[in-house]
Amino acid sequence: MATIPIHYGLLLAALLFVVGLVGVLVRRNILFILMSIEIMLNAAGLAFVVGGARWGRADGQVMVIIILTVAAAEVAVGLALVLRFHGWFKSLDADRASEMRG
Amino acid sequence: MLMELWVVPALPLAGFCVLALVGKRLSRWLVAGIGAGSVGLAMVGAIYFSHDFMAFEPTGHLYRESLWTWLNVGGFSPDIGLYLDPLSVVMMLVVTIVGFLIHVYSIQYMAGDEAYSRFFAYMNLFVSSMLILVLADDLLILYLGWEGVGLCSYLLIGFWYQSAANARAAIKAFVVTRVGDTAMAIGLFLLFTQLGTLDIQEVLVRAVRQWPVGSATAIAAAGLLLAGAVGKSAQLPLQVWLPDAMAGPTPVSALIHAATMVTAGVYLIARMHDLFIIAPPVQTAVAVIGAATLVLAGCSAMTQFDIKRVLAYSTISQVGYMFLALGVHAWSAALFHFMTHAFFKSLLFMGAGAVIISMHHEQNMFKMGGLRKQLPFTFWTFLIGACSLASLPLVTSGFYSKGLILWSVWATGHPVLWGAALLGEFITSVYTFRMVFLTFFGEPKGEVSARPGPIILGPLVILAFFSTVAGCVHIPRPLGHFRLFARLVEQALPVPPMQPLPIATEVVFQLLMQGSVLLGVAFAYVLFLRRNDLVAAWTARPAGNALHRFWFSGWGFDWVYTTLLAKPYVWFAHASRDDAFEWIYRGIGAINRGLHEQLSRTQTGLVRWYAVGIVIGAVLLLGLVVFL
Repeated sequence: MATIPIHYGLLLAALLFVVGLVGVLVRRNILFILMSIEIMLNAAGLAFVVGGARWGRADGQVMVIIILTVAAAEVAVGLALVLRFHGWFKSLDADRASEMRG
Repeated sequence: MLMELWVVPALPLAGFCVLALVGKRLSRWLVAGIGAGSVGLAMVGAIYFSHDFMAFEPTGHLYRESLWTWLNVGGFSPDIGLYLDPLSVVMMLVVTIVGFLIHVYSIQYMAGDEAYSRFFAYMNLFVSSMLILVLADDLLILYLGWEGVGLCSYLLIGFWYQSAANARAAIKAFVVTRVGDTAMAIGLFLLFTQLGTLDIQEVLVRAVRQWPVGSATAIAAAGLLLAGAVGKSAQLPLQVWLPDAMAGPTPVSALIHAATMVTAGVYLIARMHDLFIIAPPVQTAVAVIGAATLVLAGCSAMTQFDIKRVLAYSTISQVGYMFLALGVHAWSAALFHFMTHAFFKSLLFMGAGAVIISMHHEQNMFKMGGLRKQLPFTFWTFLIGACSLASLPLVTSGFYSKGLILWSVWATGHPVLWGAALLGEFITSVYTFRMVFLTFFGEPKGEVSARPGPIILGPLVILAFFSTVAGCVHIPRPLGHFRLFARLVEQALPVPPMQPLPIATEVVFQLLMQGSVLLGVAFAYVLFLRRNDLVAAWTARPAGNALHRFWFSGWGFDWVYTTLLAKPYVWFAHASRDDAFEWIYRGIGAINRGLHEQLSRTQTGLVRWYAVGIVIGAVLLLGLVVFL
């Protein structure tokens, strides 16, 4: 069975990460920011899986499961915040919440 | 058996800790119980240890207790320890007994005060510091107690800090005593660099071995310690703080500024007596300072209106007697007068306090009068204290202690100082009975609002008893020659070098002293009770008026210090407001402010902006890891 070279997988992970990062930086809708963060988390998970496959160890998979759990928790908190945010500002624009400026 | 001596200072300290931490939440009765109870237990402990000390007579008449080694570096291992010898036994007993009685008195005296627990916390801390001071076996620990009592004095003078005058009096007391304390600290540095130790007994042994009599180093060291003692004991020229210290509550004046703390200087000189013996000029200075102070302060006491200020000047004057005795090597006489003075002066202060609260907090004696009928109990106890202060013959303790001082001054060959002390006797009885006559005799001038309760009168009665009988521990030769006190103290302190004079001479001198005392009483009786118009006529004349004002202001010392020290300093401080150094510090401030404003602009409050910051930081860190 032909194995996929490791740098292909890592390159994909890096691309996914950058996509997520750009999403976080340029999107103003708070829901899209949350989704972009999910993409970044999954990119990191993919890098772990690729690494685990390369060295034939289970650690990568373990880390992915942990990341999934953390992501689930993060989404639970994040969505609650989004609800409160919308209730307060009547909008989903993250830039509206800038009361803390120096 | 003698052990666990540390309990005595630790109990009031524990009381302080409890009251300082949770005092506000406790009920008033519990606060009073902890405040007075901890000192009461310390008193029981002190009596127990003193009894053991005298019953078992430890070898060398001293007992040392090493608590722990503070640090151990290169052969230098200062021990923290306690030291008990007859000198500290006397001090410890007086501090705890008088301290306990004054705490009990304060339970009622301070009952209406909001800061009840704060008062008892400070008082407990004071008693603890004072016990550390007198029980220390090391000059450093002694200095700890020394500064501790100074701190408590400051806190308690400014106890009613809402009034600016009280706060100013507290600061004045602190700053003036600081002058002496700084000199004392330098003296300790000198002793340590020259002798390599601060253990009191070791310092004395090495000083006597290393320095010949009259050597410059010995004189410098003793002189610096004397400066510390002068500051703490309110002697010339640092006496200016004590009259203003009367701004504190009356129990504070009784405990700190009459009975115990102001005699710390006397204790220090007695404790370091060997050092003073090898520095004869300093020893002479002690005697001269004492004699000058007792006359000057006595003259000021004669002109005061405020009953507490009379007692304050009287305290300065009486501590002057102790210094005079120390100066002529009459160590036991000084300590004897310390003990009797602690009893009768705290009695007088507490009696004055009882009068003051009965008169709507009126302290001016000219607005009192005729209180003999209205406050008979206070009158009789106050009168006993006053007789003791004026040292009326035979029945008062002051008669025995001051008689011993005067006799020692004469018998060690100091006729001039003796003359000053005799004049002081006359002045003392004049101002004492002026106070008694103005307050308790004559026409009533104000109404009595409240009568002091039993908790206030109880300590007065006990102290009146002590003021009467405390003299019996030392009776002079013509009256039976009973030397219990001197025998005890001379186990720790040397015997004064008295000439063997015949008993007849001593009788003559006792009569001379009594003559001057009774003359003073008669003088006061005529001037302040029978012929008030005479005093008024004198003070109406320009010369009499000027002298009166001069004495009233305490011989102009305050004016001199304000003009020579305070005003030039304030002027200089104002003048140097805009100098070059000021610009440096202002420049540093301006730079910081500019940077702060730049940085605060980066705080946009935008989440995405912060995310960019995180990304840039992460990229930079990764770059560092990969490429370096």
